[in-house]
Amino acid sequence: MSFSEKTRASYQGVLQGLKDAGLFKQERFIHSSQAADIEVEFPAGASVRKVINMCANNYLGLSSHPAVVKAAHEGMDARGYGMSSVRFICGTQDIHRTLEQKVTEFLGTEDTILFPSCMDANAGVFEAILTKDDVMISDRLVHASLIDGIRLCSAMQDTYKHADMAHLEQKLEMHQDRRFRLVITDGVFSMDGDTAPLDKMVALCEKYDAMVLVDDSHASGFIGKTGRGTHEKYGVVGKMDVITTTFGKALGGATGGCVSGRRELVEMCRQKARPYLFSNSIAPVVVEGILKVFDILMASTERRDKLEKNAAYWRKGLQEAGFVLKEGDTPIVPVMLFNAKLAGDFSRALYDEGIYAVGFFFPVVPQSQARIRTQISAGHEIHHLDKALDAFKKVGKKFDILGKTKQEIIERFGM
Amino acid sequence: MADELKDIVLKYVIAEYCEDDSDPVTYDTPLISGGIVDSFSMVSLKRFLENKYKISIPDDQATPEAFDSVDKIALLVRKFTQA
Repeated sequence: MSFSEKTRASYQGVLQGLKDAGLFKQERFIHSSQAADIEVEFPAGASVRKVINMCANNYLGLSSHPAVVKAAHEGMDARGYGMSSVRFICGTQDIHRTLEQKVTEFLGTEDTILFPSCMDANAGVFEAILTKDDVMISDRLVHASLIDGIRLCSAMQDTYKHADMAHLEQKLEMHQDRRFRLVITDGVFSMDGDTAPLDKMVALCEKYDAMVLVDDSHASGFIGKTGRGTHEKYGVVGKMDVITTTFGKALGGATGGCVSGRRELVEMCRQKARPYLFSNSIAPVVVEGILKVFDILMASTERRDKLEKNAAYWRKGLQEAGFVLKEGDTPIVPVMLFNAKLAGDFSRALYDEGIYAVGFFFPVVPQSQARIRTQISAGHEIHHLDKALDAFKKVGKKFDILGKTKQEIIERFGM
Repeated sequence: MADELKDIVLKYVIAEYCEDDSDPVTYDTPLISGGIVDSFSMVSLKRFLENKYKISIPDDQATPEAFDSVDKIALLVRKFTQA
């Protein structure tokens, strides 16, 4: 055994440092299904209480939908519990192919390959389709999973200022000597809730002979008039070279992700992407659940329409109350607090009022940009939002931040 | 003391990496270790230097330590322009 007392003490010191800095994360234990109303035990050992969930990626309220649950049950009965295999050996059922075809149709692409998660899709896609002769040019605020995938790839790496098209153009011009150029962005940025201007990016990529990859995990199912994603919002369906997305958020909330896009790029993933080659196939129970989700979404836009209305109502309520918000029109609405300890204290105070919303701070967001990231769902009713708004206002008054500017909050609480 | 090379590099660093509300950057501000320039973004700084000064910086010398301030970058550029 090599875990000596000295080694143990060293790690304990690191963990204590996180606690001292107010950066230590604690889990809450949910004793119910995922929904707008949940039952939570926090801290560990406390009585379970009912709270309103304002921080799930359950954007369309489908995580516990009875039709999805029923389809998953039937899928498990028909196709078993697990595949005990990676896809290319004996882990591919006909329903995996059906799901890939369904996703291709939904996103408006040429082909799709499933991965155990979008984290895996992002980890595998770059190295599968690029070589050291190529360059990846990523937005400086892309998701951690894209950063990890970029690090695993041998192609040259560069970045552009967040959503800055002039800066992107400079980089595209600079890298004309590379074999291929791949521009990488989130569709909806998960911490700020803003969107990438995909129409302008596509125009630049066409001008400078570059491919574009968008991670639409916080958009698939509800952004755009029929919920196809950020590319639909910006009128560039059919022009995305690669879309990666997850089935673990709006699209059912279980697990799974995919790479969808140009036929040849998807096939390269099938031949070479390491998470596809070395990680277990998505379980049949999950595949059938996701298929039902797509049936629901392709039959009606009712859920994404309700989500859009809910998000607008929520944002207006917070703005009128005097909170500092990040601008945007998505269901991700960050309430900016800047100071990490304030974000933690605010979250605990909200919990006391029956509202579950978590404080985000470094390293999840940049230093001095701490926030409560609220996320709205089609599963929220107006009474949920009104109760949450009342709680936010009460806690906002308690900390005296209503109507205060960013500068005033920082002067009072520090950065 | 003013230094034309350092001023050119400083101007590039500010334009490339700083936002309007960033803290001021000087010749000795830690760039990489200070979180202003991330490791992904070093490549455009390296390319700028190579194109501007017609030099070639070997990858094993284009390290985060060598790029960690305008002062250190100027040292590196002078090393290869005099080579």
